[in-house]
Amino acid sequence: MKYKSQAVAMPYFIAAIGLFVGQIIFGLILGLQYVVGDFLFPEIPFNVARMVHTNLLIVWLLFGFMGAAYYLVPEESETELFSSKLALAMFWIFLVAGALTIVGYLAVDYATLAQYTGNDILATMGREFLEQPLLTKIGIVVVALVFLFNISMTVLKGRKTAINIVLLLGLWGLAVFFLFSFYNPTNLVMDKFYWWWVVHLWVEGVWELIMAALLAFVLIKVTGVDREVIEKWLYVIIALALVTGIIGTGHHYYWIGTPEYWQWWGSIFSALEPIPFFAMTVFAFNMVNRRRREHPNQAAVLWALGTGVMAFLGAGVWGFLHTLAPVNFYTHGSQITAAHGHMAFYGAYVMVVITIISYAMPILRGRACNSRKAQVLEMWSFWLMTIAMVFITLFLTAAGILQVWLQRVSDTPLSFMAVQEQVSLFYWLRETTGVVFFIGLVLYLASFFVKGDEQAAAVPAGTATVPRG
Amino acid sequence: MSGTFTKAMARNIFYGGTVFFFLLFLALTFDTTSGLPKSDNRHNITPAVAAGKHIWETRNCLGCHTLLGEGAYYAPELGNVYKRRGPEFIKAWIQSQPTGAPGRRQMPNFNLSDEELNNLVEFLKYTSEINTQNWPPNIEG
Ligand code: HEC
Ligand code: HEM
Ligand code: HEM
Ligand SMILES: [Fe+2]
Repeated sequence: MKYKSQAVAMPYFIAAIGLFVGQIIFGLILGLQYVVGDFLFPEIPFNVARMVHTNLLIVWLLFGFMGAAYYLVPEESETELFSSKLALAMFWIFLVAGALTIVGYLAVDYATLAQYTGNDILATMGREFLEQPLLTKIGIVVVALVFLFNISMTVLKGRKTAINIVLLLGLWGLAVFFLFSFYNPTNLVMDKFYWWWVVHLWVEGVWELIMAALLAFVLIKVTGVDREVIEKWLYVIIALALVTGIIGTGHHYYWIGTPEYWQWWGSIFSALEPIPFFAMTVFAFNMVNRRRREHPNQAAVLWALGTGVMAFLGAGVWGFLHTLAPVNFYTHGSQITAAHGHMAFYGAYVMVVITIISYAMPILRGRACNSRKAQVLEMWSFWLMTIAMVFITLFLTAAGILQVWLQRVSDTPLSFMAVQEQVSLFYWLRETTGVVFFIGLVLYLASFFVKGDEQAAAVPAGTATVPRG
Repeated sequence: MSGTFTKAMARNIFYGGTVFFFLLFLALTFDTTSGLPKSDNRHNITPAVAAGKHIWETRNCLGCHTLLGEGAYYAPELGNVYKRRGPEFIKAWIQSQPTGAPGRRQMPNFNLSDEELNNLVEFLKYTSEINTQNWPPNIEG
């Protein structure tokens, strides 16, 4: 650790991992409710479990991004953080607000929750991913602004690198587009139109900037490749991301009451969206192949490469699968969407956060990398979680193809519920694979507690890189 | 990437490209907004529809159902349920939940008043008349 204030990243990472565990437990509940419909009913209805699952996902990714920024920005700026105290205060505020919100979902009837948290003053709740009570949303904005102030001040007083700037742009974009969650007109078409300004312009826009910046940072550290080269790639990737992704929003404007021309704009531009993800994969492998040192943290290198591959598969390949309007006409809102949503979120954002945690956490704990034994366990967790996610995606895709066929293509279409019964085998397989994912996650947690031989870890931070050859 | 393509050039493409395509997106948004009255069925938004949307949101129906293909994939599409089932079925259905059928997916009872039910149905009627370019492919949603 080069700067003392980087240490504030640690609680953020720990909270992220803790909430990740909660997210997956609720994923397993949802998966079971898909096949045993009355499981935990009426205590935890499906919609409640789903809110908890998706909101925990978003919140822990935000914890991950913030932790990453607190770690990365001082190092890139070559100066201490503007204020560690502020960062720590925001940590607790965000954690408590997040926890209260989840408890609220689980303990209070949603309509009552809405009533007591000001939804009648400004109605923002009840929309996918944006279910949070008004108070929580305001809390998110406050935390985000203080956080942005803190890291922006740090960058301003220190060195400005491309990585720093791109990360900042991404994080500011995240906060700015979140403001559209406060806009909820009665006109359903307008509501949906701007809802995507949060959701799509996040994951296929500004978050890609954050992801690319984090990946670039880790790649510089673990490969020793020249910064000029890496930063040039970084700009190319994010240029491709925004040039395709902004108009690519149109792939959500096919069937929600918007004009027909979006079928052209959306199809053409979103069909190009896989390119930046492909570039990220090539980038990661290229840099690792050209490495000028063998970094002892091989687990972090594995996560970095895995991020490239899985983001391309989940976002690029599975996104392309259903993004052209004539295809989307049949697949819209089916299990195909769920398949894509899972692999894309996992491959891009879950994995990039784990990459930076994998790289930074040992250093925050006073060593360049973990012991060999701990790394081997971490790599096992990588493979278990990643392969499980591949199979979850494949099973959902199979379910989705059948669903589309039986319910939408057939001359004698079956009803939604009849189709769900027909494809329940695949839901069972998904649930089983979910358990494997969970085992992978438990191994991941365990890897933090493995001591093992201290050989690799004995090298003091900073000198831990041995020349190649 | 050859030596003549520098980091500064990449950066300029990023800023230039982003600004250009964002402005184009804003222009398309402007055009869409001005064309929407033709397709978004706004002339049928009554106070009842507005109240219905509020009930829809505060009961988190979207956490199980899709509406115009967006939401959760656990329960039937409701964008066209008004056409599929009609107003009376919808009201009777909501009132009679949960089915309690063992092992079957369950929908909670929301204890809605008659007026609230009517508003909800008005909202679903309005939604079913939005011009969705003929989506969904058939009545099953
Ligand atoms: C916890 C999940 C859940 C929530 C929340 C939920 N539903 Fe449902 N809903 C279902 C399920 C599951 C079915 C199908 C049940 C069956 O066929 O046995 C269903 C069926 C329906 C149907 C009949 C559809 C058809 O085509 O026959 C209507 C109408 C409906 N729901 C309306 C609503 C409304 C309105 C809300 C919000 C006030 C709502 N639901 C909230 C789970 C839910
Ligand atoms: C990491 C990046 C991405 C993430 C995290 C992501 C995630 C998601 C999620 C969660 C949904 C479902 C939204 C909902 O609930 O309605 C979705 C929908 C969609 N995504 Fe992505 N996505 C990514 C990239 C892409 C890319 C690159 C493409 C196109 C090539 C794409 C195409 C689509 C399409 C067409 C839909 C709509 C599906 C439907 O009609 O139901 N996505 N995405
Ligand atoms: C890191 C791993 C995971 C990520 C990133 C993730 C992400 C998501 C996302 C983004 C959604 C919303 C999907 C959409 O709208 O298309 C979702 C819903 C869901 N997830 Fe996960 N999830 C993960 C793990 C799991 C696991 C392990 C299971 C179960 C075995 C699971 C089961 C579900 C279910 C059943 C839904 C609801 C789908 C529906 O709306 O019908 N998830 N998850
Ligand atoms: Fe999208």
